[in-house]
Amino acid sequence: MPAGLRNLLKYLAESARDLAPIVLVIAFFELAVLRTLPDGLFGTIMGALMVLAGLTLFIIGLEVALFPIGESLAYALARKGSVGWLVVFAFLLGFGTTVAEPSLTAVAGEAALVAAQAGAIADNDEARAAYVLGLRITVALSVGVALILGVLRIVFGWSLPLMIISGYVLVIAMTAAAPSEIVGIAYDSGGVTTSTVTVPLVAALGVGLASSIRDRNPMTDGFGLIAFASLTPMIFVMVYGTVLTWT
Amino acid sequence: MDLIATGLGALLSTTIDVVPIVAFIFAFQLLVIRRRIKNFRRIAGGLVLTVLGLTLFLLGLDQALFPLGRMMAEQLTDPAFMADGHGPPGAGGGAGYLWVYAFALTIGFSTTIAEPALLAVAVKANETSAGAIGVWGLRVAVAIGAAIGVGLGAYRIISGAPLHYFVIAGYVIVVIQTAWAPKLVIPLAYDSGGVTTSTVTVPIVTALGLGLAGAVPGRSPLTDGFGMVAVTCLFPIITVLGYAQISMLRSRSRRTRSKDQSEIPVEEIR
Repeated sequence: MPAGLRNLLKYLAESARDLAPIVLVIAFFELAVLRTLPDGLFGTIMGALMVLAGLTLFIIGLEVALFPIGESLAYALARKGSVGWLVVFAFLLGFGTTVAEPSLTAVAGEAALVAAQAGAIADNDEARAAYVLGLRITVALSVGVALILGVLRIVFGWSLPLMIISGYVLVIAMTAAAPSEIVGIAYDSGGVTTSTVTVPLVAALGVGLASSIRDRNPMTDGFGLIAFASLTPMIFVMVYGTVLTWT
Repeated sequence: MDLIATGLGALLSTTIDVVPIVAFIFAFQLLVIRRRIKNFRRIAGGLVLTVLGLTLFLLGLDQALFPLGRMMAEQLTDPAFMADGHGPPGAGGGAGYLWVYAFALTIGFSTTIAEPALLAVAVKANETSAGAIGVWGLRVAVAIGAAIGVGLGAYRIISGAPLHYFVIAGYVIVVIQTAWAPKLVIPLAYDSGGVTTSTVTVPIVTALGLGLAGAVPGRSPLTDGFGMVAVTCLFPIITVLGYAQISMLRSRSRRTRSKDQSEIPVEEIR
């Protein structure tokens, strides 16, 4: 398979180019600024090679599996013609992929420490665990709602800028209303929800939906799902923080 | 042996991450849509590659990039280092936060270029726009935005300005740009904010934020360490919209010029 091999080499070369900036930045700061050599240089080089191989395999898997799965699902859902099922699917996909997201769990853990220090919750393990769980479910709910809004927008052709800007206004209004210690956490939770596996699926789903519904443009209607998923968590988490202070 | 054990552990945890999503989608397809999955074997093979690739990627990051990135963030924000005359050659004396800013800008750019989620969206946008949006151009535009975002995030922690000032100012710029930007790019630009902060960027940027908040007098890691991710998310929207506006203006001026000189603009040949 010389053609397959050539493709593999091409993907490898592209991955190497993608990773080159990080290697340069790290090497420059290590050697020129901090003037140290990392301990275990061998392990570092091995790690870098693993990153390279991993990125290459992931990109191939993207084209072979993740994109086709998202697209075929979008076509099937559009052909089924049931908005109800589409909404159920969008919610479950958003909720399910977010609730177990490791970076969300990490942020929620640190958020619990802040809340305990600020006196919003009792400073013991039990209260913090409850807070972490509450936060994770809040964010997962918000991503579920985000995907519902996103697919409904594609189906009915609502204006994305209008919806996103209304979301911004809500964020600003909630910032004024919410207790100050939750604001930073809420803002950050918007960014950590979109994982590496979810993004390709969601992007393919949106573009697939937009291209299988008449009068929708895949470019202007297909994108935007991820934008909702990084906006709603901010609003939901600030609401969560505000409600907690009332009880 | 140790590496093999951590490798298997990582493989297991990636599988646990991916399997529920895929199982759910397949179940949905079989039970609700009642249609067999086309090219099932090929897709299953591709999924194995995805899981394997993601595992290697995360394992390698844990092995090489994260410890180094975190250590550098700590060392660069160490007050002793900043006061110790590690300034640029010829500047003399302490460089203050100069190297912190240099690190923030370059690491924001380079981790974003390596972000697989962004690459996925760029590939999709390239396919969907029939090549009009370049994979590399979009990623560089997003990465410049992320660099500005991480830099401003560092400035915010150092200066102690409230986070929501930066976010609200960013929103205002986005709203103004939305009114003028080419319609085709707006949804993609909005999406590019969320995909910037993912697997590679978040751990390093968070470490930088926490390190800075711990080092700068008067800041606390608990209350000021947050917000780095938020500003990093926001500025790519601005740079992608800006990039689209600049290319629109350029092709417009080229078109008017080509009328005088009767030359065919490059865009139209493609």
